[in-house]
Amino acid sequence: MSATDPTTGTTDPKIWMRRQGRWSAFEILAWLAALTPFFLFPTYLPLANQIAIAALFAISVDLILGYAGIVTLGHAMFFGLGAYFAGIISVYGWGEPITGLLMAGAFAGLIGFIASFLITRVQHLALIMVTLGLGFLTLELANAMSWLTGGTDGLRGMNRWPVFGQFRFDLWGYTSYTYSLIVLFICFLLSRRLVNSSFGLALRGVRENVKRMPAIGSDHKWHLRKIYTISAAIAGLAGALMAQTTNVVTLDALSFQRSADVVVMLILGGTGRLYGAILGAFIFLMARDQLAGVNPQYWYFGIGILLMLVVLFMPKGILGFLSGLVSRRGK
Amino acid sequence: MLGRTATVVVLGLGLAFSTAASAQEPLKIGVILPYSGPFADAANQLQAGIDLYLATHGNEVAGRTIEIVRRDTGGPAADVAQRLAQELVVRDGVDILAGFALTPEALGAAPVSAEAGKLMVVMNAATSIVTEQSPYIVRTSVTIPQLNYAFGQWAHEVAGVGEAYTLVADYGPGHDAEAAFSRGFTEAGGTVVGSDRTPVANPDFSAFVQRVRDANPEAVYIFVPGGAQPAAIGRALADRGLAPPDTAIFAQGELTHPEALESMGETALGIITTFHYTLERDDPLNNEFVAAYTAANNGREPDLFSIGGYDGMHLIFEALKATDGDASGDALVEAAKGMSWQSPRGPMWIDPETRDVVQTVYIREIQDVDGELQNVIIHEIPDVKDPLHGSN
Repeated sequence: MSATDPTTGTTDPKIWMRRQGRWSAFEILAWLAALTPFFLFPTYLPLANQIAIAALFAISVDLILGYAGIVTLGHAMFFGLGAYFAGIISVYGWGEPITGLLMAGAFAGLIGFIASFLITRVQHLALIMVTLGLGFLTLELANAMSWLTGGTDGLRGMNRWPVFGQFRFDLWGYTSYTYSLIVLFICFLLSRRLVNSSFGLALRGVRENVKRMPAIGSDHKWHLRKIYTISAAIAGLAGALMAQTTNVVTLDALSFQRSADVVVMLILGGTGRLYGAILGAFIFLMARDQLAGVNPQYWYFGIGILLMLVVLFMPKGILGFLSGLVSRRGK
Repeated sequence: MLGRTATVVVLGLGLAFSTAASAQEPLKIGVILPYSGPFADAANQLQAGIDLYLATHGNEVAGRTIEIVRRDTGGPAADVAQRLAQELVVRDGVDILAGFALTPEALGAAPVSAEAGKLMVVMNAATSIVTEQSPYIVRTSVTIPQLNYAFGQWAHEVAGVGEAYTLVADYGPGHDAEAAFSRGFTEAGGTVVGSDRTPVANPDFSAFVQRVRDANPEAVYIFVPGGAQPAAIGRALADRGLAPPDTAIFAQGELTHPEALESMGETALGIITTFHYTLERDDPLNNEFVAAYTAANNGREPDLFSIGGYDGMHLIFEALKATDGDASGDALVEAAKGMSWQSPRGPMWIDPETRDVVQTVYIREIQDVDGELQNVIIHEIPDVKDPLHGSN
């Protein structure tokens, strides 16, 4: 790793970027590990499905928080919009999963595009407040429109069809996990391509110094709008996955808790790294599952301790810490 | 002939063997509740009801040891409840699903119960539709329409109120309560002169109470979630001079919980509520239950969650006795249909058609009993069913 700094390095930027996009053995191993639940832990498939969905949601937030520096506490808004969209069209007679999923993602993306005009106007604390406010507004809207969403009781009468007309969503979760994992993988590939492109670099530029971007001729607002829309669409896909694999949507999909949990996942795993999002989702939900199995009342205590330890001793998250170790060893 | 006899003998032996085998392995009950988060107190009260039943009745029934596996949803998260139910069935191999303090939890787990064919005992979630989501669901708590439809009828027919105003929290249970009370009240001949909805998390009721005051109805019906709100609305009512006997105040039982009463103080006097469980009801079974419960929980008194958990365990035990330890969903749900028993709350039974609870609804008034505010039962309406089942 000699030419890692594109501003001072001597390597041609195109070669540098291609090198960034190259697959490492670790990555291939990580994705192979994602297949192990099928063979080794078939009784953990429902949890694996939930992890895959949380990881997808975390990736969507990482794109804006980790790469573009948009701090959000209301991203469950898009998760919930996707979930409700997929749920509601299946109530009204269209239960085909894949088209439903895509439409839900497009819908969340559209709302994200509209919201992005507001988002790009503000920064820092105001940004947190605006995202938080949008999240609360959506939650209250869904609560008020109980004729459509079912309100606090949750959406009723969802009817999802088998995937490709073949694979029913089974009790063991084989179909659900396969389906979610494939969607996660495709979205991951897209996001990976995105963050390793010049657009991804521009986003990092915005994150590091938003005032310098116009100075070097980069239209940072348009970049932010684009990434916010993409992120909203991916969050919508995650929500739609949850709706389709569990066949139920409640107001919880839009809750502040969900927005906050995903930020916790990112901090645990490491922001600004796509694998950090996946690892964070994995650690958060595994820890939750194991701690809650031991003590259902006070498991969040364990998460709190974990979060403090990570923030104190691994400020770049667990993955950032690990990669720091590896590169130090490599020197 | 010989062949047939042999088959019967072999079958019989096989059956005997299989029951002998099942007699040894423990019977697992998966309890899904919001043990953490904002509803943790409800979950703990419900769990204490379950624990008390096991402590007083032993943890063995029909030759099988009962094992409780607890899982936390953290709140009204349907997807988490569904995953937990799935895992309980496929990984932990539970025979019965139970718990469910919140409606979304029950809705999430219902498809799992339907697909896996497991008995699902809903020990609290109070929305009508819950029992319609799976043929294996039985409810041992209460439904909001059950309490309030009967209450609405009573308000006109017995209490003689002609005009009422409704003021409910703006969320699912509030809407249900408003609809049920209004329906019972207007069908009996009363008139609803106005209705308002308050935000769910709203500590200041003064503006709403002022509107009620301006309308000057004979009675006001109130539904707010438990917690800090009963005291807040009690204070707002007292400040605006909206109090019995000038204006009758009707509400569902949560408003006058012992804890809520403490913070409301004198302003609570004369409030009339409808509920299925009354802590102060003088009945040998209830007195014994309350004494055992407070002794086991550092003086904490049982509430609606506790009684739901306690009766839920009773239903499971009695159903297992009836099936002789057969824990298949079909056998248990058949045994539960029509089952009736004396609970600390009073007589109750399971409607064989809807698998929902049928019970006595108590109308109580806050009175000063030896210097202490208590819910005093002024009327009992026996055998009340949920009026919404089969109507939509």
